[in-house]
Formats: sequence, structure tokens, C-alpha cells
Amino acid sequence: MFRNNYDNDSVTFSPQGRIFQVEYAAEAVKQGSVVVGIASKTHVALVAIKRNAEELSSYQKKLFPIDEHVGIAIAGLTSDARVLSNFMKQQCLAHRLTYGRSMPVRTLVDMIGSKAQINTQHYGKRPYGVGLLVAGVDDHGPHLFEFQPSGMTEEMVAFAIGARSQMARTYLEKNLDKFADCDREELIRHGLKALKESLVQDRELTVDNTSVGVAGADKAGVVEPFKVYDGQEVSAWIESVADDKEAAPAGGSGEGETMEVDS
Amino acid sequence: MDHRPQAWGRPRDDVYGPYDASYLHNNQPKTATQSPIVTGTSVIAIKFKDGVVMAADNLASYGSLARFTDVKRLRPFLSTSVVGFGGDVSDMQFLDRHLNELAIDEAYEAEGCSAGGLGSSAQEPDASPGASKGQLNAANLHKYLTKLMYRRRNSFDPLWNQILVAGFDSASAPFLASVDLRGTAFTSPSLATGYGAMLAQPIMRKYAATEEDAAKLTRDDAVRVVRECMKVLFYRDARSLDRFSLAVVTRDGVDISEDEVLEQQSWAFAERIRGYGTQTV
Amino acid sequence: MAAMFSQNPLMNGPNYSVNDAPRIGAPEGAREHRFDPYTDNGGSTLAIAGADFAIMAGDTRLTSGYSINSRFHPKLFKIGGTTADQKDATIVLSVVGFAADGEALKERLDAICKMYRYRHGKPMSVKACAQRLSTILYGKRFFPYYAYAILAGLDEEGKGAVYSYDPVGSYEREQCRAGGAAASLIMPFLDNQVNFKNQYIPNSGEGHALVERERRPLTRREVEILVKDAFDGAVERHIEVGDGLQMMIITKSGIEEVLLPLKKD
Repeated sequence: MFRNNYDNDSVTFSPQGRIFQVEYAAEAVKQGSVVVGIASKTHVALVAIKRNAEELSSYQKKLFPIDEHVGIAIAGLTSDARVLSNFMKQQCLAHRLTYGRSMPVRTLVDMIGSKAQINTQHYGKRPYGVGLLVAGVDDHGPHLFEFQPSGMTEEMVAFAIGARSQMARTYLEKNLDKFADCDREELIRHGLKALKESLVQDRELTVDNTSVGVAGADKAGVVEPFKVYDGQEVSAWIESVADDKEAAPAGGSGEGETMEVDS
Repeated sequence: MDHRPQAWGRPRDDVYGPYDASYLHNNQPKTATQSPIVTGTSVIAIKFKDGVVMAADNLASYGSLARFTDVKRLRPFLSTSVVGFGGDVSDMQFLDRHLNELAIDEAYEAEGCSAGGLGSSAQEPDASPGASKGQLNAANLHKYLTKLMYRRRNSFDPLWNQILVAGFDSASAPFLASVDLRGTAFTSPSLATGYGAMLAQPIMRKYAATEEDAAKLTRDDAVRVVRECMKVLFYRDARSLDRFSLAVVTRDGVDISEDEVLEQQSWAFAERIRGYGTQTV
Repeated sequence: MAAMFSQNPLMNGPNYSVNDAPRIGAPEGAREHRFDPYTDNGGSTLAIAGADFAIMAGDTRLTSGYSINSRFHPKLFKIGGTTADQKDATIVLSVVGFAADGEALKERLDAICKMYRYRHGKPMSVKACAQRLSTILYGKRFFPYYAYAILAGLDEEGKGAVYSYDPVGSYEREQCRAGGAAASLIMPFLDNQVNFKNQYIPNSGEGHALVERERRPLTRREVEILVKDAFDGAVERHIEVGDGLQMMIITKSGIEEVLLPLKKD
């Protein structure tokens, strides 16, 4: 019977040049529920579907604030994410203490990238079984980064990871050009719409299973610290992307105006 | 051929005598700077409406000996800030090397950021060449130096300096602050180290008592005040020199001239001074 | 001289220059202690607890010896907010003594409060923060933070709370406390004006029969005036106090900050 001889540890290449343990870790990311992130010129938003193991249990948290200017969305092993989250929190605090400024988002992401890479090159270590979307704002404006268990990090305009995230990515690709000039509310609605694409047939967004996180910045720096919204706080956003409203004016901008303009 | 590998490649004892190994290791306690040796005197600085002016003379003294007369004690950082050092010159040189490393690291980080600005506002290039977005500004640098100095004092191995940092803060307002060998940090519209705190600071405070006053000074005003102060310091501070460095930091960058000379000195007052020491007539 | 040219290892030991024998003598990391790591940067602080508020105050002068280093160097810090600007903070710390230690102490306490919030999802209570501050100070019992700290906030019942400390962490909750250079000038004034010490009802009797004036909680306005008077007095008689008065008033709706001028001489 066939048995893969090259997946016992992360220090052995297969003859095809693959490291199976790292690829398996990437599979763990796909087991997690879907999270979506989008960046515009002024804001960066994370939205996530929370899962509950059974009806009676609570919902597993998906969004975590790291520092006032950074937050993460996780897909995969929550406990591994907590290790990375704690690390990032510590690094941000330390940077703030030594330099009196918020840590540049890229610097932070590079740090977890290097940290995760070590696990893919040492015998007896296990890659992190979690993928992250890191949303943050710094002097260069809003940023969205993807992080994978392999240690790969990349800046994104918009991205989705987790179970059935391909559908969400398809939505994001279709609407890619709109994101840059979106305002805060439009950005969140695009996120939620992308999220809906990834839902299984008879599930829908509810106040219990949806999390939203936003941060904002202009050229001068942070204007809106990263904040996570749960429960009733997200109900208005969920309603605004409900299926019956979908037929209304094309694109998100029309809805935004009817909500805010008092005519 | 000596059969002992330990002796291979070493001067032959039969020719040169046995090596006195006691020179190689000392059993004394590890010593830190217990007192400054070669020192620089005052550094002075004053804010004006578009930036900060800083000056320090080019002398490094060995006690009362004017030992080195061409030592530059102001240095730019990332072409956005200026750092001025008073106190021990070797510790200054150590800090100088350290800041060079920090500046190189910062430059690499900035490169990384500009290379991949995807969703970010990489569309607009910076208006002024002096202000580089996302890089350590003077306030950040001062905070860092404060932490460095405080950490060294905690390990009883102080860097024997008082440092002035000039530039701009995150709100792009002129920034001027000091940190000393104990990690004590403070800011003020005008600052001076060493003798300058007694002789120059009162003069500068006449022109910039408050931030509002400083915001009314022009660049020329500020330079004139600083030159005046350097002259007073040369008159009265025995460890000073009439050659000095003058730095002006504005939003356009840093402008340092390192070979300034005190002009229009008048020593007429010296003749009238009587009564010091043994002189009675 | 013969020994110098001798190849006999017994005469002058092994003839290689690097001694790999363990070093003896000074213990590892022994340091000579001549550098004085402390200075006194002057200044004074004061805190008063009210029924539903607490007021913290401090002058803004920073001195070293007879020199004024800065006329605006705040001694009051908001602690434990979610952001760097401390907009939503509910606790105020004041430090006076050696400024660098004070700064380090404040940053450590703030970092601890931020980690507490991150781990527990709620802000630290003043009581918990007060206990933690004591632990931090005592942790450096043998190389102390040379700083006199006062912590102010609102307790679980919404009453004003003031905790005062010595440099090595002894602390107690009090109604009012003055700290720093002019503490000995301000504290007796406070005893008399806040706790009504030595105030008796006129003609109520002789000697021990004298009836003490009844204590009542002061209003916010009264306390603010008291603080200003206390500092005006201290400025007059102490050279290390002056320039500016920074006041923070902690109420259930947040922290209000007031800056008043003091004499600059």
C-alpha cells in the first residue's frame, strides 16, 4: 500500500521538492471558517464568520485587536493564532515603548513571517496551523497583509482565507477596482457581500455569527483605531446587504447615500 | 618542530622568551566609564517657526588641555534630525556609530515599504525631500536615545553625555529635546547643556521664553541668537573654542556647516577685570 | 634569565599565551560603584479624593540643582487607556523625584494595564492597579525607583480614591496626599483644610471640651481652589516648584485636564 515517506517532519523535501508538513498546515487554514479583508485608501476592514461547535456552545472568536492600529483575522487553529497574537501584541508594545510610535505594519508582519519560517526548517517543530489576515494603518496609510503557515507574507488589496474562501475571492476579484475609493461603510458592505458568497446553502449572516473589524487612517496617521464589532453592533450592516436589498441600485454607493442623505 | 600543538604558530620561546600571558586577561572587575576623559563642552539649540537651530564648538578637551580642535559634535540623522553631543567624546563616537547602524536599518525598512505599496497611499510621492514618511522622526529618535541612556545607567555603565535632539515630531511641529547620562529627558523651546545652561540659556529664553515666542522667531533671528550665545560662551567658558558647528533643521532637511568662526569678538572687557586670584592692581 | 629561555614547562608553566584556566578573582559582572545613578528633579504633586471625584495636581517645572531644565514637563499621566493618547483612561498616576525613574515607572504601569485589558477584556480597577504599582516598586527594592508616586481614580462604588506610595512600594489609600519637594509645606495645609485638623467650633468649651469642627466632603470647586492655593503657597517658599500647574479631575464621565500658570521666578 502507498504511504508517503516524506511527510513525517518539516525538514525533509519530497523528491518533487515539496515539504508536506507545510502543505498540511495550509490545509488546516482551509478548515477554519472564512475571513475576508479589504483595504481602501482610507480604511481597512476585516469581516469574519464565527462558528459554534454545537447549538449550545458559544461562537469562536475570529478577530483580535493587536494594538491600537492593528488587528488580525484568523482561519485555522485558534490556539496557534493566540500564540502569534500574543507575540504581535508584545512586539507592538515594545516598539511603542522604545520609539514612541506605532509599529509599521510591514515590520510587524515580517516578524511573524520570520517566526513562522523557523518552524518549517527545524526538526521536531510544527508549522503554525493558522492563516492570518493582518489589517493595520500606519504612516503609509491602511494595509492588508496575508500570512500563511509557510511564513509567506504578502500585501493584498483584498483577500479571503478559510473554508470555501474561493467564492469570496471571486467576488473580490470582480469588484477589485471599486475598493480603493470606498468609504468606511461601503468597504464593510463589500466585505460582508464577499463573505455571503462563501456561505453554505442555507446559512446566512446573523448578528451571532458575524464579526466586523475596522481601522482608518489618513496621510497624517491613525484616525480610527482598530475596533471589533460583534452582536447587535453589526446588525445594521447585515441588514444593508440582505438579499432583498441586493436588487436595489447597482453597487454599494447608492445604498450609502440613501442611508445618510436626508432629503 | 615543537610537538605540542598549543605552541604551533606562536613566537618561539627559545628565541623570544616565554610569552607573558598576564597581558591578555585582566582579573580586575569590568570597568565602565567612571568619569569622562576627553570631553566636549556646551551644546545649545533654539526652536524657531520653521525648525530648530543647534550649535556646538569643535573642541574636545582633555581636562584643561585643549586636546583636539577639530571635533564635530553635531551629526544629522536620516537628513531629518540633528543630534548634538556634550560630554565624553568616546561615548559620543560610540553613539555615532550606533546611530549610523540605526539609520541604515531604517533606510532598509523604508525601502521595503515603498517597494510594495499596494492598497496604501503610495500614489502620492512625498512633497518635501526632508520629511520621509514612516521613518523615525526626531521625537522617535529622542525616545530611543532616552531608553538607551536609561538602560545604560541601570547597568551602572553610563554613556557620559548630555544629548540634544532637534527635528520634527509626528505632527510635523519643530521638536527639541534633551537626554542625559541618567536617562532624564525633557523638552523646552530652547535648550543648552553644560555651561550653556548657565550662560546661554538665559539669553535664549529672552527670545523664546515660550513655544509661542519661539514660533514667532525667523530662521535669521534664531541663527543670530545662537551665534551671540556661542560668543558669550567663548568669552566665559574656559573649555570652549571660537570654531564651531552650526546646524539648521527645517522641513526641507538638515543644513550643517562645521567650520563656523566667531566674528567681531571684543575682548576689551577683559582688561577691566580685576580681583581674581593673586592679581590686585 | 635562564627561565626566560627555558623550554621546561615546569619552570614557567605551559608556554602558550592563552590561558584557558578558569578566571579567578572578581565575581562575574562586578562593577565599581562611583557613578551616582540618581538625581532629584524637584517639583511637587498633590491629590485629593472627593465624594464622586478625585483631583490630581502637579507643577510642571523640571530642575537639576539650581537650574530650570524645563518649564513644562508634566508629572501627571493618564494610565491604562486603549490608545496611546489615553482618551478613555480612568486612572491618573503622578510621579515626582527622579524624572527618569518616574517616566520608566509610568511606562511600566501603563504597559501592564494595557496587557491586562488585552488578556481580560476589561480595564483594570484602581484597587488592582494600586496593588500592582506597589509590587512593581518593591520589585526594585534594592535599586529603587526614586519616585514618590500617587495614584488616583474612582473606586468600585464611584467614590474618589487616592493611593500614595513611598519609593519602595509601601502604600495606603488616603483622603489626600502631597508629594515631592514641597510636600512638607503643602501637607499641613491639607490636614487643616481637607480633614479640618485643629479646627474647633468657637466657644464650644475649654481644653479637651472643645468640639471639633464637623468634617464634610468638599465640593469639586472647593478642592480646585484649595489646590491652586496650596501650590501658590509652595511656589512662594520653594525654589523647585513653579512655572505651571497641571490638574486632572477624574469623574465618572472621564478625566478633565486643566493647566494654570504659576510664578516663573
